[in-house]
Amino acid sequence: MTEIGHARPRAEDARLVTGRTRWTDNLTPAGTLHVAYLRSPHAHARIDRVDVEAARRRPNVVAVLTGKDLAEEQGALPCAWQVTEDMKLPAHPPMAVDEVRYAGEPVACVVARDRYSAADALEDIDVDYSPLPVVLDMERAVEDGADLVHSDLGTNASYTWVFEQGDLDAAMRDAPVLLERRFVQQRLIPTAMEPRAVLCEPDGSGPNMDFTLYSSTQIPHILRLMLAVVTEIPEHRIRVVAPDVGGGFGSKLQVYGEEVLALLLARRLGRPVKWTESRSEGNMAVHHGRDQVQKVTLAADRDGTLRGLKVELLADMGAYLMLVTPGVPLLGAFMFNGIYKMDAYSFTCTGVFTNKTPTDAYRGAGRPEATFAIERLMDELAAEIGVDPVEVRRRNWITHEEFPYDTIAGLTYDTGNYEAATEKALALFEYDKLRAEQHDRRERRDPVQLGIGVSTYTEMCGLAPSRVLGSLSYGAGGWEHASVRLLPSGKVEVVTGSSAHGQGHETAWAQIAADRLGVPFEDVRVLHGDTAVSPKGMDTYGSRSLAVGGVALYRACDKVVDKARTIAAHMLEASEDDLEFGGGRFSVRGVEAAGLSIQEVTQAAFAAHDLPDGVEPSLDSDVTHDPENFSFPHGTHLCAVEIDTETGFTKIRRYVAVDDVGNVVNPLIVEGQVHGGLAQGIAQALYEEAVYDADGNLTTTTMADYLVPSAADLPSFTTDRTETPAAGNPLGVKGVGEAGTIASTPAVVNAIVDALRPYGVRDVPMPCTPERVWTALREGGAR
Amino acid sequence: MIPPTFEYLRPRTPDEAVRMLADAGEDAKVLAGGQSLMPLLRLRLAYPEALVDLDRIAELREIRDDGDAIVIGATATHHQVVRDPLVREHAPLVAAATATVADPAVRHRGTFGGSLAHADPAGDLPAVALALDAVLLARSASGGEREIPAREFFADWMTTALEPDELLTGVRIPKAGGPGWGFRYEKFHRTAQAWAIVGVACAVRRVQGAVEDVRIGLTNMGPVPVRASAVEERLAGSTLSDGALREASDHAAEGTEPPSDLHGSAEYRSHLARVLTRRALTAATAR
Repeated sequence: MTEIGHARPRAEDARLVTGRTRWTDNLTPAGTLHVAYLRSPHAHARIDRVDVEAARRRPNVVAVLTGKDLAEEQGALPCAWQVTEDMKLPAHPPMAVDEVRYAGEPVACVVARDRYSAADALEDIDVDYSPLPVVLDMERAVEDGADLVHSDLGTNASYTWVFEQGDLDAAMRDAPVLLERRFVQQRLIPTAMEPRAVLCEPDGSGPNMDFTLYSSTQIPHILRLMLAVVTEIPEHRIRVVAPDVGGGFGSKLQVYGEEVLALLLARRLGRPVKWTESRSEGNMAVHHGRDQVQKVTLAADRDGTLRGLKVELLADMGAYLMLVTPGVPLLGAFMFNGIYKMDAYSFTCTGVFTNKTPTDAYRGAGRPEATFAIERLMDELAAEIGVDPVEVRRRNWITHEEFPYDTIAGLTYDTGNYEAATEKALALFEYDKLRAEQHDRRERRDPVQLGIGVSTYTEMCGLAPSRVLGSLSYGAGGWEHASVRLLPSGKVEVVTGSSAHGQGHETAWAQIAADRLGVPFEDVRVLHGDTAVSPKGMDTYGSRSLAVGGVALYRACDKVVDKARTIAAHMLEASEDDLEFGGGRFSVRGVEAAGLSIQEVTQAAFAAHDLPDGVEPSLDSDVTHDPENFSFPHGTHLCAVEIDTETGFTKIRRYVAVDDVGNVVNPLIVEGQVHGGLAQGIAQALYEEAVYDADGNLTTTTMADYLVPSAADLPSFTTDRTETPAAGNPLGVKGVGEAGTIASTPAVVNAIVDALRPYGVRDVPMPCTPERVWTALREGGAR
Repeated sequence: MIPPTFEYLRPRTPDEAVRMLADAGEDAKVLAGGQSLMPLLRLRLAYPEALVDLDRIAELREIRDDGDAIVIGATATHHQVVRDPLVREHAPLVAAATATVADPAVRHRGTFGGSLAHADPAGDLPAVALALDAVLLARSASGGEREIPAREFFADWMTTALEPDELLTGVRIPKAGGPGWGFRYEKFHRTAQAWAIVGVACAVRRVQGAVEDVRIGLTNMGPVPVRASAVEERLAGSTLSDGALREASDHAAEGTEPPSDLHGSAEYRSHLARVLTRRALTAATAR
């Protein structure tokens, strides 16, 4: 059987779902000390005094340290993305020294023999704070005379980044239709199932001390380098292990203070130290996502043909710039045009400091925000000119004959077929039938109204061609590494630099290797997430694993087969050109009987008794793959909602997602990614929001207040695919990790607005809570 | 969970439990299923000196027939209540409301008595107990046994009439099921596992089409559960025409003090109380 394309259940799931595995918190070497952090209860305050004496005297307490105690050695947390030359980059100490700038910022830590003693001792630390003015609203933060998050910077604006193409003034001038809208991307809290945890184990002493740092991270390789930079501990003395990691959604694409401090504490104390956060602690201290105010202006002709688009963003950075904080909204800069053709485009984004938890990448990272804006605008345009929302999209999208297509935002879309995906989605959705029902409910003035929302999307995946990252001033490349090792017994080890944290690499990568090498799936083991095992890698984020790391593996497999072919030809006394390879067997074309299995060749390569001249023993290969271009998944999602106009409650009646993620290695994994993505995107539309009170305290610190939907709240999704292979890689794959999150949010909100349009409603702020829908209905003026 | 330090006590009989409670003093807490107390301990919002765990006292779990009432033992779990034939027959409103509490895992641990003693106004069961004129059975080492009517039991926000040394042992619920009775618990929440923004518990008995008995309890419309008395008064003896039902329901929020919070403003809650009361009454009298 061909392994690529096989809907194989994930091999790693049994251990992951039972928890009988190596979660970081499950690892407790003998002598481990436990760390607890005291966090600021103020959004902005000067630290006048920290009294730790009483805490130090408590039983089982080994050390109590403040930011001041560590000031000389703790360095500053890194930001790897200097988006403009004059970007303001404030120092970000892992533990606050003189001033706290968001509620939840670490102020002191206790190290104790057990977690209970550490938590108890925290309560004996006495801190005197002098509250400072709190900056919470990013629109007010950039006005003259605003209070400052960082007084030494003299401004709350970190940077302003501009991109322009085409003559926007000409496009806007005399445009028959000019739509101006303001959309707010609310602040979200990434809610990985496994909270963060760090364990650092020191070995040796003095300058020869080595450290093994286990962390629930997406980025063991980047983390290792950054830890070395921040702490000045030599990189080769640090090994980072991401054991099994229970989700990240971007929140673990970060270098956290707690990781740096784990190293410093292990060095100071010479013993393993461990920290595991609680959910409430994580809600305050894990970086948040989204949080933009979008002012968008769309110019179009009366028939709906797009002329130009102007985007003015304010993006909330929070109190500090973390690993890729300033770059996240800019990933959207290339996506506001969506799948559409237009003559002119202008994008401006100002990154703004506030006294809130820093923001950074969250599933989709910039692209959901952009897709939301353009897809909401397309619905507004359809309403404005009185055309069906699907039709207005059809009039503007790039047709399948037009690929490759250079977009107004400067990208080259390699392939796509928006017509095919949309037709399939409309048929599955029974679009016309639902429109008829909607009409009927409107006529009857049914208290339950039906709304239909459309969203198309494309996204740039496969992050990223290194030269493109360079042109965007990003601090690293976008390649990925893979090794294939055929063991003497014929079994196979695959090493990937991509770091799975729930994506199912152990299954998908084994399928690729099994398929390419013609060996049984069970004979392949995939190793990852440990810098000692997989020394090279750029880790997992931005739907890059398969499109970059999977392609690296594909190429590494072919490379190993090439070497095996040379050896096999020698053994069979045949010309390499006469050898065929299939089903794990080399055979001489036309001579049925003559052949060798790849295992036999492996054994010969291991023994090395009779290898061709110049061929090294053993069968293995390494490939570091740098993609030529991004990949561009796309799709069409349709959502029908029923709105109870008496209470404002929204129920999703039907959801159809047709995605084109190129060729598929494992349809089950793709399906799972789409389902999870839909749940998260729908959550932004309906449920989730990080809420701060007027003093800057986060009020959504528990899951009773930060509402994450469960299966009970979501409909049974209808998913399907079109498969237009990516042109830029031999696997033809595009990436699927973020697709569902990107398309679903605007599909749901479009459906809600569609239901309420007869009531005079043209927008509902997210999350569209029952009360907000009810309020919009009242303010819109019922018929 | 990293709670503060406490002494842990595990009595085997109610007598032993009340003695332990008395000995432990004012800062002792009773632990039943842990549905509410565990989060309070985890968040360090509660600092009890001692926990008296009722888990080993089998007799507190019993549900029994008591003539014109049933008695639900304080530590009967929600799961047990939902499935119990006595409850389903004689207090179907209790079974219906309990089925909406939290999620299946919590319903296997959380207890009926615990939910009432915790007295969270957003909890589903206090309003049900109030609507059904339940009587709460308390016991202490010093005062022996005491009966507290539900309308006196819920004293203030998360505060009950129980003395610190008193143990809730069970709840007597007058039978309100069978011929003529209809019931409904209308719960409005944003996600399945979220607390009720507003809930309406309603039981109605009709004789030859006319309302003989109507009870409406409101969840999360004030610091304590409340009865929608203005609605009840208007419906007594009514034949429940659509108009009458609608007119009466419009008074559902009268005399309430709903909170404003993340999940809904007071104004929205008042509106919901009216809509949900109408729906609950309509459903309860549908047959």
